[in-house]
Amino acid sequence: MLGYLRLSKVKRLRLILLISLAMRAGATSADEPARVVSMNLCTDQLAMMLAGPEQLHSVSYIALDPRASAMVEEARAFEVNRGLAEEIYLMQPDLVIAGAFSTRATVAMLRRLDIPVVVFDPAYSLGDVRERITQMGEVLNRQEAAKALISEFDQRLELLREEVKEKPRAVLYYANGYTSGDQSLAGQILSAAGFENAADEAGYSSGMKLPLEVLAVTNPDIVITSQPYPGASRSEDILTHPVVQSLRKSQGSASITDHNWVCGTPHVLRAIETLSEARILMIEQEP
Amino acid sequence: MMRLFLLLSLAVCALFFGSLVVGPAGLGFGESISALIIGDGGPLTLVMREIRLPRALLAVIIGASLGLAGAAMQGYLRNPLAEPGLIGVSGSAAFGAVLAIHTGFAGAFALGLPLAALAGALAGVMLVMVLAGPRGGSLTLILAGIAVSALAAALTSLVLNLSPNPFAANEIVFWMMGSLADRSMTHVWLALPFITLGMIVLSRLSRDLDALTLGEDAAQAMGIRLNRLRLMLVAGVTCVVGAGTAVAGAIGFVGLVVPHILRPMVGARPSRLLWASALGGAAMVLLADIAVRIILPARDLKLGVLTALVGAPLFLHLILKLRRGRL
Amino acid sequence: MSLLSVSNLSVKLRDRPVLCDVSFEVKAGELIGLIGPNGAGKTTLMRATLGLLPSTGANSLTDMPEAERARHAAWMPQAREIAWPVSVETVVMLGRIPHLASGKKPSETDLERVNDVLAQMELTDMRHRAATRLSGGEQARVLIARVLAQDTPLVLADEPVAGLDPAHQIAAMQTFAGLAQEGKSLIVSLHDLGLAARHCSRLILLKQGRLVADGAAETVLTSERLADVFGISAWFQKTDQGPVYQPLEVIR
Repeated sequence: MLGYLRLSKVKRLRLILLISLAMRAGATSADEPARVVSMNLCTDQLAMMLAGPEQLHSVSYIALDPRASAMVEEARAFEVNRGLAEEIYLMQPDLVIAGAFSTRATVAMLRRLDIPVVVFDPAYSLGDVRERITQMGEVLNRQEAAKALISEFDQRLELLREEVKEKPRAVLYYANGYTSGDQSLAGQILSAAGFENAADEAGYSSGMKLPLEVLAVTNPDIVITSQPYPGASRSEDILTHPVVQSLRKSQGSASITDHNWVCGTPHVLRAIETLSEARILMIEQEP
Repeated sequence: MMRLFLLLSLAVCALFFGSLVVGPAGLGFGESISALIIGDGGPLTLVMREIRLPRALLAVIIGASLGLAGAAMQGYLRNPLAEPGLIGVSGSAAFGAVLAIHTGFAGAFALGLPLAALAGALAGVMLVMVLAGPRGGSLTLILAGIAVSALAAALTSLVLNLSPNPFAANEIVFWMMGSLADRSMTHVWLALPFITLGMIVLSRLSRDLDALTLGEDAAQAMGIRLNRLRLMLVAGVTCVVGAGTAVAGAIGFVGLVVPHILRPMVGARPSRLLWASALGGAAMVLLADIAVRIILPARDLKLGVLTALVGAPLFLHLILKLRRGRL
Repeated sequence: MSLLSVSNLSVKLRDRPVLCDVSFEVKAGELIGLIGPNGAGKTTLMRATLGLLPSTGANSLTDMPEAERARHAAWMPQAREIAWPVSVETVVMLGRIPHLASGKKPSETDLERVNDVLAQMELTDMRHRAATRLSGGEQARVLIARVLAQDTPLVLADEPVAGLDPAHQIAAMQTFAGLAQEGKSLIVSLHDLGLAARHCSRLILLKQGRLVADGAAETVLTSERLADVFGISAWFQKTDQGPVYQPLEVIR
């Protein structure tokens, strides 16, 4: 008994490796994982874009929420998981794809159960979007599809990136008074659409709580807020604070971030398109 | 006595102005005050009138409410541990407010939020008074308070967890600890009428509470109508705590710390302690609210964290003192 | 002049009769000792008389409106409660509450009255001390002073001299007797039958919620009644220095 417990770490790892190799061999012929479960909204969408037929088995339940997910229709074709170790284990996946913010305990548990888990970092820039697509292509063994998607992404982005002379000053403002600076996906969307991020000039570049007072003094041309969730919350109260209201009244249309803003997928291009149109409208309206 | 009154009033005034000039926007004193009074419609005026003024006003009225409610409850129960936050009245009010917000009752009509919080506070006050009994022995009072607080906290968490809104669950901290950050004049107008009413009701109890120093029997034989006293106390505490909690969450310990510090200065008379605690409460909450902005400017440190850091050790000290029977 | 008239006063607590058909009348200038063993209903009788307990029967005091009642009869409960460390003077001033118009501060008359009773109870020196820090006996004197400050024709006190030293016991009883001479009347419950016999002008004896005797000490404290009600024997004599009463032995 003691001898068993003293089994060296190396030996145990080797054992695990053997078992997992055996399991994979039992699946499809090539290295391509046959039964993939994604438990993160963003990996859901990348996987749906890149996976071969029947390759993706399940996506997270958030993929069905139109507020957060840009691919609700597509997601209906898959089984839905709630990110619980037990249900995912019972799906008997060859591969689980999780986000960096997925519950550590769940990921650790799945690994202990000998299920391979790949963790994706979130995208903080448009460059990250390309990297994630490449990564997903590799993980799913769908490199060709990934290359095609990236070149399409690059072309569309090139078209959108025109020279902008007059950059309106914008602030992204979310529940609890959080903002996004330049070093975030939302900030990059903003500058790609030809806006100046006014939170940067106020010294809030890394995306943190922007005090209401600082927002008022910054006096941006436009305040872009998030869409309120159903069921009121005090956190979102701040978006209807008189200060935010008056900034919106005096300065142009109130844009709202939607599902296209959430994840580092090619859908961010849609967000940039919409925002560019809003900018053009703003400039036209000004006397 | 006049000196204490002047001193406390001066402190409240000074802290009020202090509260007006402290903030992340870093405006100068003259600049802020002129922006507040003259008002050119620019961003500075917006900051002063819509952010800092309501914040300072709420600190004053909510602090005064909590101080007064603490002093009144202590006078009635003849127990220095009675405090709206500790005995679960604030928690119950928070539950009422949370329920109103998340069922849409608060959005349905203007007074929905404060009225629901008032109903919560009323339930809390009644429960504690029934559980602890009129004599309010320390042990029963604290046990009743623990039960009511725990129940209110559990129900609040339940409602917030059931909400479809992803932010709701994180708001438990706000409702349990309280904060004055980013409140607007709307909140001031929502709370002010109820708080004024409650404070008037409570301030009329001074003679009754003095008489209660000698116990219920003696007070009643001196012509004090105990039923009326009980009714007015419950109504007053409900109004001030309910309305305050609806807009700022449950800020604990103010009603414990302030009367305890001021009691020796007013010769321990419950009547004088009422107004002194109202002023002292306003000063304490203003001070705490300035401190949260200076200590962690960008993080919305909750007000109740600070008051609890001061109040909890004092609470323990009081329990020790009571155990030795020295109070 | 009758200050109090009670007839057929009965009190039930949870359907158990604790006071049955007690009737008595109090005239001006009487110091009445209310005596009886533990649980005989002394406190109940006084509280019911004051209207602090629901009761049946006729009662001239509870017929009065509450505010007037507080100016007619003062009450010193047995529990010597002083909840906060207020000064002696403040406690005594509380007795003036029934005389103050609502929202008014105490007048010169009120202050004078307080000074008088403080002097009367030998409390002038400690008037600024916190009442809660005094000894039990001193607190009792403070509370007696509070009752006197209420300045009512009728005073009811539940064991006011319990816990006082002999000197202060006698002094308190003499104060009461002095008040009776001024025309006030007092009902005082006592366990010390010696003090009762010596200082009271009249005794009321209760047994199991019933009034069994009412009158002067020598008529009430007969050896048969003492044996029956208290189960004791005693020595009782009228001496040159007034009546002397000494309980001797338990005979049950």
